[in-house]
Amino acid sequence: MIDYTKYFNKRIKSVSPSGIRRFFDIANEMDDVISLSIGEPDFQTPWHIRDEGIRNLEKGHTWYSPNRGFSELLKQITEYYERRFGLSYIPGDQALVTVGGSEAIDLALRTLVDEGDEVIIPQPSFVCYEPLTVMAGGVPVIINTKNEDHFRLKASDLEASITPKTKLLVLPFPNNPTGAIMERRDLEEIAEVIKKHDLMVLSDEIYSELTYGGRNHVSIASIDGMYERTIVINGFSKSYAMTGWRLGYALGPEPIIAQMTKLHQYGIMCAPTTAQYAAIEALKNGDRDVNKMRDEYDMRRRLVVDGFNDMGLSCFEPLGAFYVFPCIKSTGLGSEEFCTRLIMEKHVAVVPGTAFGKCGDGFVRVSYSYSLKHLKIALERIREFVKELENERQG
Amino acid sequence: MNKLLQLLGANSQFSTAELAAMLGEPEDFIAAQIKEYESKGIIKGYQAVVNWDEIDDARHVEALIELKVSPKKDLGFDEMAERCMAFEEVESVYLMAGVYDFAIIVKGETMQDIAMFVAKKLSTIDGVLSTGTHFIMRRYKDRGMNLYSPGSEADERSLIL
Repeated sequence: MIDYTKYFNKRIKSVSPSGIRRFFDIANEMDDVISLSIGEPDFQTPWHIRDEGIRNLEKGHTWYSPNRGFSELLKQITEYYERRFGLSYIPGDQALVTVGGSEAIDLALRTLVDEGDEVIIPQPSFVCYEPLTVMAGGVPVIINTKNEDHFRLKASDLEASITPKTKLLVLPFPNNPTGAIMERRDLEEIAEVIKKHDLMVLSDEIYSELTYGGRNHVSIASIDGMYERTIVINGFSKSYAMTGWRLGYALGPEPIIAQMTKLHQYGIMCAPTTAQYAAIEALKNGDRDVNKMRDEYDMRRRLVVDGFNDMGLSCFEPLGAFYVFPCIKSTGLGSEEFCTRLIMEKHVAVVPGTAFGKCGDGFVRVSYSYSLKHLKIALERIREFVKELENERQG
Repeated sequence: MNKLLQLLGANSQFSTAELAAMLGEPEDFIAAQIKEYESKGIIKGYQAVVNWDEIDDARHVEALIELKVSPKKDLGFDEMAERCMAFEEVESVYLMAGVYDFAIIVKGETMQDIAMFVAKKLSTIDGVLSTGTHFIMRRYKDRGMNLYSPGSEADERSLIL
């Protein structure tokens, strides 16, 4: 028997698999489980977008695209960023189409991070930044954002985390799992620190179309002096309900995109072309779909936030993405115990906040990318559970 | 489009508290709004969507009847519609644009019931030129709800973060 571990790269050995797996295994074994744990839209990709993919397959358009992506798609992406967020990029030089936003994050980290470089990562946040930083040879430096700040990144916390080795800040807003957003004045304060210390920013804007309360997403690249210091990551998964198509993109300074393209060219060749054709249609004619889905999410968001506050699990009003992040400390349980008991006793699955960083303890991530009917049932079950916990404590 | 009506139209079982939360309005405002819709007849009622096909001896048959009529001076479409509506067997009456004038949904316990009703009651109304009876064999979707493949609502998404 060969001991394969002796062949493993030392970095991959240090990366642990996502701890959430165990949890999903329990959920998968129950047939009446009500899940509020999935981090992707419940909507199907709008039909006209799917149809465009089908049409191109029928026509036999089954070849590679240029490494960067079809020029028409690059043009549509840059026009979209101009139209929605007031940022102009040159399609041929400053844009790269990737296999989901995830690939773009990986490319950006591998392009910028050298052995020992520190990468600042606010948490709670999506699970990929830390392991991808480690794989790139970097050292993750975690900033814990706080409930009382509505999980926004504070410039003072950023300043305090910077050392001579700091190179890059990951800025994941609108945020998964907290639903937090960063408004212009928050970003202006962050930008001052970034410029002062001559750092770069990786701005993961995958949820940029999902902001509520009349607030449009603001990209840090649109803050004075930040355009040249920011790599913007975005994609089609969340805004157009296209997760399975695996299509994302990066926008940024030409020399950085050129390096990222090199990696992409050798590792991936090009993003799937059927998805690229569909994405062109999404950008050209998909605004209505985005607005419709946003309105629907917004109603669900209000229902869920109200439901949690009403049952005594305090929940700040999240203004982005499709998650709420209620505090469960009042129940006396930690995140993992709360989630385990909730799934065993009430067959409702939510994700422990600790899956997104140690500072997520005391919170759970609740996804509202489910139908209103489904959400209503789930909230009722959680309400019963919280009441039972309360009786337990008093009894 | 009125969001409150849209929500109630899809599911009338939301509480006023839930509706208020979803729409970001005070609960008493929503309650007053609903009351107003009800009193003005904008909300006509609340019904369950019943899937009769799932009941073995439902004795529930429905048919769509096409009606061609010839309106007269003091017997216009409205008057003819009112006569049709008066029968309790008649579920719905619609004035149509196209090759016939009224589409009427009739319900009964058996096909025979409906056939006799059409022959004796509908086709004998003054001004009715002809009828065409189409029995509904199976309801796949009704009032926006899938009655055919209930499993299709199952979540196919994989459990990943």
